[in-house]
Amino acid sequence: MNYLFEPGFFSSSPVHIAVVVGAVSALVSGIVGVFTVMRGQSFAGHALTDVATTGGSGAFFFNFSPLVGFLGAGVLGASAMDLVGVERLRGRDIATGIVLGFATGLAALFLYLDATKNATTGVSQQILFGSIFTLDPTTIPLVVVMSVITLGVLTLIYRPLLLSSISPDLAAARGIRVRVVGVLFMLTLAVAVGLSSIAIGSVLSTALLIGPAATALRVTRNLRAALVVASVLGVVATWLGIVLAYDSFYWFPSSQGLPVSFFIVALIFLGYLLSGLPALRRRTSSPVAAEPTREPVGAAA
Amino acid sequence: MFSSFMINAWLIGSIVAIVAGVVGFFVVMRGSAFAAHAIPNGAFAGAAGANLLGINPLVGLGVFSLAAALGIAKLSRRGRADAVTALALVMMLALGAAFLSQSTEYEPAIFSLLFGEILGVSTGQLWPVIALGVVCVVAVSVLYRPLLLTSIAPEVAAAKGLRPERLDVIFLVILACATTMTVPVVGALLIFTLMIGPPAAARCFSDRALVAMSLSVIIALLTIWGALACSYTTNWPVGFYVGSYSAASFVIGRLFLAWRRTHGSRRSRASAGAPERVLIGA
Repeated sequence: MNYLFEPGFFSSSPVHIAVVVGAVSALVSGIVGVFTVMRGQSFAGHALTDVATTGGSGAFFFNFSPLVGFLGAGVLGASAMDLVGVERLRGRDIATGIVLGFATGLAALFLYLDATKNATTGVSQQILFGSIFTLDPTTIPLVVVMSVITLGVLTLIYRPLLLSSISPDLAAARGIRVRVVGVLFMLTLAVAVGLSSIAIGSVLSTALLIGPAATALRVTRNLRAALVVASVLGVVATWLGIVLAYDSFYWFPSSQGLPVSFFIVALIFLGYLLSGLPALRRRTSSPVAAEPTREPVGAAA
Repeated sequence: MFSSFMINAWLIGSIVAIVAGVVGFFVVMRGSAFAAHAIPNGAFAGAAGANLLGINPLVGLGVFSLAAALGIAKLSRRGRADAVTALALVMMLALGAAFLSQSTEYEPAIFSLLFGEILGVSTGQLWPVIALGVVCVVAVSVLYRPLLLTSIAPEVAAAKGLRPERLDVIFLVILACATTMTVPVVGALLIFTLMIGPPAAARCFSDRALVAMSLSVIIALLTIWGALACSYTTNWPVGFYVGSYSAASFVIGRLFLAWRRTHGSRRSRASAGAPERVLIGA
């Protein structure tokens, strides 16, 4: 036991906070992520983390609460993407890119102004890569409450969202307002992503949103099963990553540990690669049977 | 504004804008905006790694952006392209974070890798950029027709014996090449902006591929020149201006398109709908 968990792991309060917030973020990201991957909105999901961090650096400069910055920018970004966004997949891609590019430019400005105003160092790295070990304990209740709200909205729009993700035409024929559902989902995505990027950093936020969901959709074609698999994978990867990062302080003589985001992302990436192996085998033996595994739960139209 | 240390900035900015305009045109046509965002970020990790090992950062940039391009192309065949791109992107960024944690790199160096240091370009840095820029532009002009055909009508291209997957790989390698040369100068985040905004704007103004591509280069040049001039006078980062001007050019393009649809003559109204058909290739 001591071999796996280096001394002090269970009594360290940053570790406790990281374990709780990491798990909550992983859970929500996994669930929202399944829909994001299914709808082919991975790019938007990732871009929103960058947009949200722009809001974070802006809040830092204007002395807002960072939460207002993260969530506000995320919601604004999502609305802008929807406003520019053509219904077509490729148009959406461009719209996302334009909003992302503009947000990036703003981030450059805010980070520059932050650095000249406060003469603090480490801001850009902190904002980009986040640090799960330096979380403020007071953010926990907020993260939990917003996560519950996010999941609540998702539960409310579950059926129409599912139908309009799989077949927009069929959904429209059934009287579902596909566009309204799409906007609602984008806003949910913005809030979920904003929350996880404030809690665990922008890199980890994208990793936990897309990785477990893409893996889950590869191993099962059942949506409910995919939701469960994605959340479990996310939480397991997060906890394992935290343990490894904590231990890594003892690995090098310089006692300079590796960042926790590195371990979590590496685990998620490994999981995705491994999930491709059985499909690979099946495909080579019988191409017909393997066909559905390529695009599970209906290709995101 | 045109003092000796700015001359290199104007030169390199113009080269970068030409390459971004040409390569970016196909980024927009092929819908590979996400890859264009992911590869430069991967290159950032390469630079951090090269720094740690004490080798030439250009080598790290090249190796990592090539690895990102080939990895995305390979994994996309067996999964959703956008999810794979996201995963490759975060893996690269996480590696970058790991490299940075082990090195003693100080903050401004990271900032400049992400956002560029175009104002501090030395003459020695100019040559690799020019060389790789020429390679990119030549590669695109040689492959112009197949690239265009596979972007607009993949079925027709396949019928003509072109291999869309192979062109995808080649195009991503061109993208990696463009990235390697530009990241140290304009930063990982800027090059992406320049590859999306101006070409997307150009597409609104013309439905003819060559005209749109030339327009894309012109808009990219105007963007970077305006950004350099403003950055020089206000001292704010170049990236901010490049981001704003790119977005502004796209907004103007869309407004122009909307105006032409409502106010244009019947003939031009017919062609106003055409860009969507011809260029997006529905």
